[in-house]
Amino acid sequence: MNVPEITEAEIDARYRILDRDAEEGGYHLNPDVAFTRNLVRGLLVNERRYGYMACPCRIATGNKAEDLDIICPCDYRDPDLNEYGACYCALYVSGDVLAQKAPVRSIPERRPSRAERKKARQEQATGGMVQTAYPVWRCRVCGYLCAMDNPPLVCPICKAKQERFERFL
Amino acid sequence: MKMEHVPGTKKGIVVLYALSTCGWCAKTKALLKEIGVDHSYVYVDLLPQEELEETLQEVERFNPHGSFPTLVIDNTKVIVGFREQEIREALG
Repeated sequence: MNVPEITEAEIDARYRILDRDAEEGGYHLNPDVAFTRNLVRGLLVNERRYGYMACPCRIATGNKAEDLDIICPCDYRDPDLNEYGACYCALYVSGDVLAQKAPVRSIPERRPSRAERKKARQEQATGGMVQTAYPVWRCRVCGYLCAMDNPPLVCPICKAKQERFERFL
Repeated sequence: MKMEHVPGTKKGIVVLYALSTCGWCAKTKALLKEIGVDHSYVYVDLLPQEELEETLQEVERFNPHGSFPTLVIDNTKVIVGFREQEIREALG
């Protein structure tokens, strides 16, 4: 697979957007700017390759439905920030890590393995749903819940797209 | 599947499975170079589809999670993630 050329200016532009969005949402980018810019480069490479910003530290399939959970910000960012103070690729760090300037470490992978994901998909397909007046949808990025016929086009809390919602009830 | 060979001090067969876009993989690659150990690496994300699948299965045999970086020493010892101290102890 070819490696798309990404310019420094493109990295600058995306870095600024990600940094602004992170701060507005109460999140923080990793203060190690050189490391973080390298991750932004990886995100831009993946965006060119796949059409979406798949996590730079995970292997994407190119099949969007299978990669949804690792589109940045991934489904695992918040639990990893809670447990380790950083997300898996370390693009995002917690306020505590930022304040203490503590080193950020490589953390264990929370995403289930390919075999586990396959099994979960099969179980989900056969699982029953509780009957409620409206279906309840959950944003897999931030946990926002809403009871409507369909999930919103964009999560009103974290701005994740509709495709990141799952049926909760 | 073709691997890039980096010459250095022989400490057994050292193979790094990495992603070209990953920050921790880059740090692991730089560490191996700094230690000066003879090793080979492959950027799995750059492989053609068929080789990618084969290589992913190879990685999963050593590291069932199939995550990166995965460092394999002599086909037996496996270090997953950028574990600097562990890597230095194994290869330094």
